[in-house]
Amino acid sequence: MLNYVLRRGFMALLVALTVSFGTFALFHFATDPAQTIAGEDAPQEMVDEIREQYGFDRPVLVQYGDWLGGVLQGDFGKSYFWKQQVVELIQEHAKVTILLALSALMVTVAIALPLGISAALKPNSWVDRLALSTAVSAQAIPNFWLGLMFIILFAVTFPIFPVSGDATWKHYVLPSLVLGASSVPAVMRLTRTGLLDVLSSDYIRTARAKGFMGYRLILQQAMRNALLPIVSVLAVQLGHKLGGSVVTESVFSMNGLGRLAVESIFNSDIPTVQSLILIFVLTFVLLTLAADLINAWLDPRIRMG
Amino acid sequence: MTTASILDIQDLSVEIPTDSATLKAVRGISLDLKRGETLGIVGESGSGKSMTALAIMNLLPPSARRAAACINFDGSDLTHSGERELATKVRGQRIGMIFQEPMTSLNPVYSIGRQLTETMTLHRNVSGAEAEQRAIQLLEKVGLPDPASRLKQYPHELSGGQRQRVMIAMALMNEPELLIADEPTTALDVTIQAQILYLLQDLQKELGMSMILITHDLGVVSRSADKIAVMYAGDIVETGTAEEVLRNPQHPYTQGLLECVPGYRGNDAHRLGSIPGIVPSMTGTIRGCAFASRCPRAVDACKTDLPPRKQLGPGRTYVCHDPDATRNQATFGAEEAANEVAVELPKTPGDTVLTVDSVSCTFSVRRGLFGKRKSLKALDTVNLDIRKGEVLALVGESGCGKTTLSRTIMGLQQPDTGSVSLGQHEISTLPAGQRARMIQPIFQDPYSSLNPRKTIGDIIGRPLVVNRIGSKSEQLAKVHKMMEHVGLPRRVFNSYPDQLSGGQRQRAAIGRALIMDPEIVICDEPTSALDVSVQAQILNLLLDLRDELDLTYLFVTHDLSVVQHMADRVAVMYLGEIVECGDRSQVLSNPKHPYTSALLDSALSISPDLSVPAPGLSGEFPNPMNRPSGCPFHPRCPVAEQQCREEVPKPEIIDTTFVKCWKARTFSHQAKHQ
Amino acid sequence: MMTTRQALGDASIASVDTPSELEEGGLGLSPTMAALKRARKHHGLKIGFGILLVMAVFALFAPWLAPHDPYLQNLSLRMLPPVWTEGGNWEYLLGTDHLGRDYLSRLIHGARISMTIGLGAASIGAVIGVTLGLIAGYFGGWIDQAVNFLVTCQLAVPSLLLIMALVFVIGQSVTVVIFVIGATHWVFYLVVTRSATLRLRELDFVAAANAMGCSKFQIAVREVLPNLVNQIMVIFTLEVAVAILNEATLSFLGLGIPSPLPSWGLMIAEGKTAMFFQPWLVILPGIALFILVIAINLLGDGVRDVTVTNRRN
Repeated sequence: MLNYVLRRGFMALLVALTVSFGTFALFHFATDPAQTIAGEDAPQEMVDEIREQYGFDRPVLVQYGDWLGGVLQGDFGKSYFWKQQVVELIQEHAKVTILLALSALMVTVAIALPLGISAALKPNSWVDRLALSTAVSAQAIPNFWLGLMFIILFAVTFPIFPVSGDATWKHYVLPSLVLGASSVPAVMRLTRTGLLDVLSSDYIRTARAKGFMGYRLILQQAMRNALLPIVSVLAVQLGHKLGGSVVTESVFSMNGLGRLAVESIFNSDIPTVQSLILIFVLTFVLLTLAADLINAWLDPRIRMG
Repeated sequence: MTTASILDIQDLSVEIPTDSATLKAVRGISLDLKRGETLGIVGESGSGKSMTALAIMNLLPPSARRAAACINFDGSDLTHSGERELATKVRGQRIGMIFQEPMTSLNPVYSIGRQLTETMTLHRNVSGAEAEQRAIQLLEKVGLPDPASRLKQYPHELSGGQRQRVMIAMALMNEPELLIADEPTTALDVTIQAQILYLLQDLQKELGMSMILITHDLGVVSRSADKIAVMYAGDIVETGTAEEVLRNPQHPYTQGLLECVPGYRGNDAHRLGSIPGIVPSMTGTIRGCAFASRCPRAVDACKTDLPPRKQLGPGRTYVCHDPDATRNQATFGAEEAANEVAVELPKTPGDTVLTVDSVSCTFSVRRGLFGKRKSLKALDTVNLDIRKGEVLALVGESGCGKTTLSRTIMGLQQPDTGSVSLGQHEISTLPAGQRARMIQPIFQDPYSSLNPRKTIGDIIGRPLVVNRIGSKSEQLAKVHKMMEHVGLPRRVFNSYPDQLSGGQRQRAAIGRALIMDPEIVICDEPTSALDVSVQAQILNLLLDLRDELDLTYLFVTHDLSVVQHMADRVAVMYLGEIVECGDRSQVLSNPKHPYTSALLDSALSISPDLSVPAPGLSGEFPNPMNRPSGCPFHPRCPVAEQQCREEVPKPEIIDTTFVKCWKARTFSHQAKHQ
Repeated sequence: MMTTRQALGDASIASVDTPSELEEGGLGLSPTMAALKRARKHHGLKIGFGILLVMAVFALFAPWLAPHDPYLQNLSLRMLPPVWTEGGNWEYLLGTDHLGRDYLSRLIHGARISMTIGLGAASIGAVIGVTLGLIAGYFGGWIDQAVNFLVTCQLAVPSLLLIMALVFVIGQSVTVVIFVIGATHWVFYLVVTRSATLRLRELDFVAAANAMGCSKFQIAVREVLPNLVNQIMVIFTLEVAVAILNEATLSFLGLGIPSPLPSWGLMIAEGKTAMFFQPWLVILPGIALFILVIAINLLGDGVRDVTVTNRRN
């Protein structure tokens, strides 16, 4: 088990470093940070001076190592655009994204799990058909458009919830619904097929032959197996949501990390972008790592394998 | 017969609706089982035997529909019991069930202990400790060593045989009156099969249970069952005691089935019988007798009128028109050796065409990214000659290295040391194309050996195309000729494998192997995935082709009755070593190695008057990663001594037989069942 | 990593065709005929295919079928409402936008952009994913581990941000959008191809091909690949849908198709400022997107249902 944890942890770290170096290199080669800092119309000498002063003329690996060294000490660098420490920027924006991601995940779970489970328990019934058509439609609705429709509907017709900003809990209701809906198809389908798989397995037939039925059969025999893929998919979905809900935050004008990332890209604010990507990737790999560990706890084959 | 019935089934049907039609899996069968008796239900795949088993406690898949006049279990009619009543009063309590696949039938995420005890705590008001006590007792009874510590283990830590023992213990937790075993040993090796069957037989006697044993294996059923019901196309066509049905079969299907079994007509039958044609579609109603289209005795009435059920005595019935006109035509083409003595003259040994010279193969297995590397010795200094025109059988249980050896012989696997030479050439130095022209394989599973995306014509002709042999038209002509050779109708040329029956697929696979006129054909369990009637066809075909095309076979198998029927010489493998090798008659009638002897004991021939012999082998096939010291067989060997535990036995030749055993000179085989 | 994969989606796609027990014996239909026969009974597939056919015709013949020039501005006819609302005009069935351009014509031309990008990006993803998947699955060993690592990295990146960053760095155009979306959407192909290849590699027909002297390349391409076609087709359709939605999102955020091209996502973005007063500017392109994507998904699900013989329930 310890071996397993160490191995997965090492892999997670390796992935995070590779990805963050990849983006670092991408920006290094594709943009000219010195020009960005100096401004569009700055004379060449000034750009060169800045390049030397900031060390942009050094090899990319050295610069990355330098930056990473800073990160390890809590120094993510200074934003070119906002002229502010990146750490502060992230601290300011993180709360909105975390709140939004968690509430959206709750929406997803509240819709997808019951729907997927009841669909699997009664395949080809009306519930199953409802679940599948929900999935197919939800998959086809552009997320940003759904947000706009909500805004039109709630701002004009039923002004119950605010449609812009992030000041109160009420501001989170509509964005959570929109963001949560986007994960419903994937989670629902996986819950359904996963549970169907388990229910048609030989060991469930064995359990029935032993006298299990009804809720005991589901809870005491099938659930643990069916949970394995669900845990994984929820981790992935939460990871994506924490990785900057770019669209939702933009549509509802919320000051989260996603919007910060978009604006940094538009302004070639490399330190901010690469810090954000590192944080997003780290969050993602840690979440999937957590999911794998939960699954190892649930399933002795993973734990001992 | 004064004992009361424990189970009485009247007019049971099972239907499974599919996309296109309704599959009638079981068609109005009736069964009767007395207390303490064992009923064997025999049938080939698709005969409806498993559906019958599942229907008793209504464990059928959700889409299936069950109908029955009555399923009377000990005085109460189960057709009237709802799901709740079945679950709380019958399943797992009064009727226990064992399934075919031990690998998937236990819940992988719960411990053995939990799965055993919950069976008891679910139904009875007992404490966890009491249930645990009972579980330990039962595990001991089913022969699992160190039962108390097993409770904490998970299914994936056990071998197939061990899991099946756990399944049996689980079914017995509440002392059921009836045990239904659905192909309980089909997925297991022969020596383990014998152990499990012996265990079931033993437990049944001890606990006074009734048992329904569902199997396709006539040998198994002949040893274990008191009464037999033969199923064909969803119907029971013949019933009676094991003795009556197997010694004096009345229904042509039963007769045909028995003719197909190698060894049924004595060991030297030259040709097996075979049942022509295929099982009729199970959808829709069958007019007349379901077997009519394949029956050599069929007359017009058989095709139009439902056959009557004839009663010969209590419990002895068969369903057949039994036309007098064709009474003596019941022939399925089996020929006895006596008529063919001239042909069966012992062949003079041909020249050696292939030599395996001290081949060893070690795989290195690493568990996980940072796990330790462990070595697995798949082959250990294997020496083997294959002679022109002979059938050399390679026998052993799963994991013994048979497959690695055949891959090495085909040049698909490089040996670590030693060499394989084909005539003058070492096989690893031959170009792939040339090697392919000399040696070709036939595989076990015709469902996986043919590419589902290619037509039969393409598949058979592919070796010619790959190796650029002949022009397009020559290739085409060759394919057509080969299809004729292997008995495939011309019309399947453009068909896909999915459209063919298992037997036809295997014929296509044989055609592909033979199209380049190879010298040696490696047959890797070519019939073990097929029903017995199809197996007979394929074995006959292989023997015919050998004579016609002058072929040499290396026949890899676990089935000694097939070896008996096919082979000229036999090599027995255990843990990557050849432990005995010699002429078939020598090895099978007078084995010098205790392992060969144990294999022979485990092979269950059709003998209704005998029971399952007490297993001569203790324990299970060891994990090849932890090879025992000395003679690798010593932990399971009944005659092992100190020397066997310490020193690796030296190979020696005794009476022309190669053997690797310290006790070979003193060991004598005592047949347990003759 | 395996568990992350499972999370990727509907596992039923990943099952290899196996013969149906029921049709054993006798000559049944060939696989293609059987699939076509099932397709004829599959409503979702027929509806999806029908809608797509109509939309494809409009996309293909947009210059002839569109009533107006989609770029022609007529500032005197700005923000005309659709014909069924007050002030509607039969000349401009769906009204005009803030620059007085005919909305119907822009929508018809927009279908062209969506379909081009969907097909283009999904093809690029397919080439990358299938190739890598075949290689990883067939050769295994360290190659497989390397590919595996690549997949884990790709999955860990917030993909929309990565696409935006790439488009921003390289520059906005239809081609760039196609390549960037394609280059970031190959994981699904890879995962399915790899696992199917791993399974197929162990089957005896591959061993038979080995024994008859086929090279590794021949086996991968001639024996294994044909068995993956159905699954790749299913993923392809689903990835077309994903790419179309991605493009719309990018264009909506202002980092996709440059103005004045009539991308539906861009049209929504342009209509957003006026959405409280002229909501159709936002609603109509959204509905067009919804119908196109749902049709593609219906087709994809249908293809999976009729080609994968070993179906659940």
